[in-house]
Amino acid sequence: MSHEVHNPVPIKHKYFTPGVIGLIIIAVNGLVFLMGRFFFGIGAVTNLNNQYPWGLWIGVDVAAGVALAAGGFTTAALGHIMHRDEYHAIVRPALLTAMLGYTFVAMGVFVDIGRWYFIWHPLVMWNGNSALFEVGICVMIYLTVLYIEFLPVVTERFIGKVNLPKFLAGFNKPVDKFLRVLDRGLSKTMFIFIIAGVVLSSLHQSSLGTLMVIAGPKMHPLWQTPILPLLFLLSAVSVGFPMVIFESLIASRSLKLKPEMPVLSRLGSMIAPLLGIYLAFKIGDMVIRKTFVYLVDFNTASVMFTIELLFGVIIPLRMFLSPKVLKTPSLLFTASALVVFGVLLNRINNFVVAYNPPYSTESYFPSFGEISVTVGFVAILVLAYRFIVLNFPVISLPSKTAPQTKYTIRGVK
Amino acid sequence: MSGKSRRDFLKSTALIGAGVTGLTTTAKAGPQNILSEDRMGVLVDTTVCVGCRNCEWACKDAHNLPAGNLEDYEDRKVLDTKRRPGTDALTVVNEYSHGKNSSLPIDVKVQCMHCDHPACVSACIVGAFTKHENGTVTWDTDMCIGCRYCMAACPFQVPAFEYDKALNPMIMKCDFCFDRTKEGKLPACVEICPVEALTYGKRSDLIKIARDRIKRNPDKYVDHILGETEVGGTSWMYLASKDFAELEFPKLGKNPAPGVSESIQHGIFAYFVPPISLYALLGGIMWITKRRKELDEEVK
Ligand code: SF4
Ligand code: SF4
Ligand code: SF4
Repeated sequence: MSHEVHNPVPIKHKYFTPGVIGLIIIAVNGLVFLMGRFFFGIGAVTNLNNQYPWGLWIGVDVAAGVALAAGGFTTAALGHIMHRDEYHAIVRPALLTAMLGYTFVAMGVFVDIGRWYFIWHPLVMWNGNSALFEVGICVMIYLTVLYIEFLPVVTERFIGKVNLPKFLAGFNKPVDKFLRVLDRGLSKTMFIFIIAGVVLSSLHQSSLGTLMVIAGPKMHPLWQTPILPLLFLLSAVSVGFPMVIFESLIASRSLKLKPEMPVLSRLGSMIAPLLGIYLAFKIGDMVIRKTFVYLVDFNTASVMFTIELLFGVIIPLRMFLSPKVLKTPSLLFTASALVVFGVLLNRINNFVVAYNPPYSTESYFPSFGEISVTVGFVAILVLAYRFIVLNFPVISLPSKTAPQTKYTIRGVK
Repeated sequence: MSGKSRRDFLKSTALIGAGVTGLTTTAKAGPQNILSEDRMGVLVDTTVCVGCRNCEWACKDAHNLPAGNLEDYEDRKVLDTKRRPGTDALTVVNEYSHGKNSSLPIDVKVQCMHCDHPACVSACIVGAFTKHENGTVTWDTDMCIGCRYCMAACPFQVPAFEYDKALNPMIMKCDFCFDRTKEGKLPACVEICPVEALTYGKRSDLIKIARDRIKRNPDKYVDHILGETEVGGTSWMYLASKDFAELEFPKLGKNPAPGVSESIQHGIFAYFVPPISLYALLGGIMWITKRRKELDEEVK
């Protein structure tokens, strides 16, 4: 297992580029509509109504957001629980995505619920029968765990480099001391949080699938099945690595770094079996419940289902089986992007397309405001990611010096 | 070694999966609400209803919603469009043509059905809904966070939400005049109905009455009491002269709406055993792989 030594370092690159300016404009546009939502109510910005209580924000910001942040727990399981050191270079970027991803899920919930100032209610008002309660509690705890898991990156950045403004300079020493204590404590206890993160993720990824089960016949039979929680978990597990590859390749392109092909190819080789399991359950479910009959009617549901399965699962599955794809950055990127697209579409399908309320007069399509807010959130996410990797040691670069094992394999060594 | 741990990982994921599916079929949903034998209900006989919409007025009046003048409700043009209970009216009357047998229209009053196993009660993230002993399902404004999961869950698509309020939007639905029945009064709609299309009484008695009416007039009624068994039974029940699907009632099975989701929920969380086992399992794998690596390094 000898390979180049990798050390996470803050990347040296300028923050502003034309692309970044574009993202800022998209983000501001989203924030404007967001203000509309807070001043005039949800109805003023969205196309939601009594027939369609949930739309784009729940389907994409929350459900797809949680699924696409699955890279955090799948790589943590691989790198820390299986102790596969060769993957450590990607654990931190994946952790950062998960942390930012879940932060935005929480913000998505915050803007979607009618009484955002009561967002803390589930902490003290429990309903164990509610799948949503389970999702809410797990996401809250997991978000905290993610912040704790990320803390070492912050302490590492500042230890020995604490440099407060002049009038506070006297605190430099105590702050540094505090960081060191914190750091030591964290590295001793980190394994607890890492395992907790994986357990919490498995729980709420699947409970997210339970959410729509209660909608019963209101949901199209192509998607409505009692094994929805299992399908959600399996698809989340299989989208974890593709998402890591997807963003790693984008980041290296945008920051002019050499793509981490050896690690990414190896990661890619694990995707096919995971996708295969998911596909097997999905097809098996379809055969057992005989829902394939719905595929012959030509309508939105059948078309969306076919696209989801064909482009989101079957084609990338075939691609990941080919060694050539695994070795070629552009092909690897395409295959990963397809899986990401497939899971995104699956969540939209489950929460929006499949949902067919009994008295709707016209079907729901998100408003410009809803789309603006969602796209704006994604833009802010990318901007925050960029800021953090430029200022904190997240992305690993090849280096000659000995690895700082203390930091790269924290807590489990 | 690397192949092994990958297999471990797959194995444990498969285990969780098997656990989830296995439990869904075995675990039983815990009873969420104790159903009183004496719970009340209303029997709506759509063959009697004349579509006067007095009940709509009385309902608004009893719930402090802008009701207007009772005389204005005589305008039957409103019945040309199908309406749903909403934030301005907790109950509405819709009119359907009778079809071949008669030129008289069929009028159907709709509102919350006050299910015996309500999906809204099961779904609400904070437990803001309560199924009371007298059958009523109510909603608590101080708890609700406005997530609208109750709306996604309700099989009759009843709860409505105040979308255009920026502060304290409410979930609105019929509350079976909980405050009135507590004082021994009739629900407002039942009280005002001029033709006794609505019968308030013990649910078990209502079923007997309904059966009796069907038996005595088999030509008039379809042999189906809507709400007797649908989604595990509802407090409000309907009689009709036409198939209920043609009166826009959703087609629902006999199983309580929250049954499957609750068994899954309780399966995943059965006394916290599955999450804790998973935690232990992962901890074990972590320890073993770490040990193995240390041994590898010693050998080197
Ligand atoms: S009809 Fe809907 S809102 Fe009313 S009790 Fe049943 S599930 Fe709840
Ligand atoms: S909108 Fe309110 S009442 Fe409905 S499920 Fe959410 S918290 Fe409960
Ligand atoms: S008051 Fe009675 S007759 Fe008039 S619409 Fe209501 S239920 Fe029908």
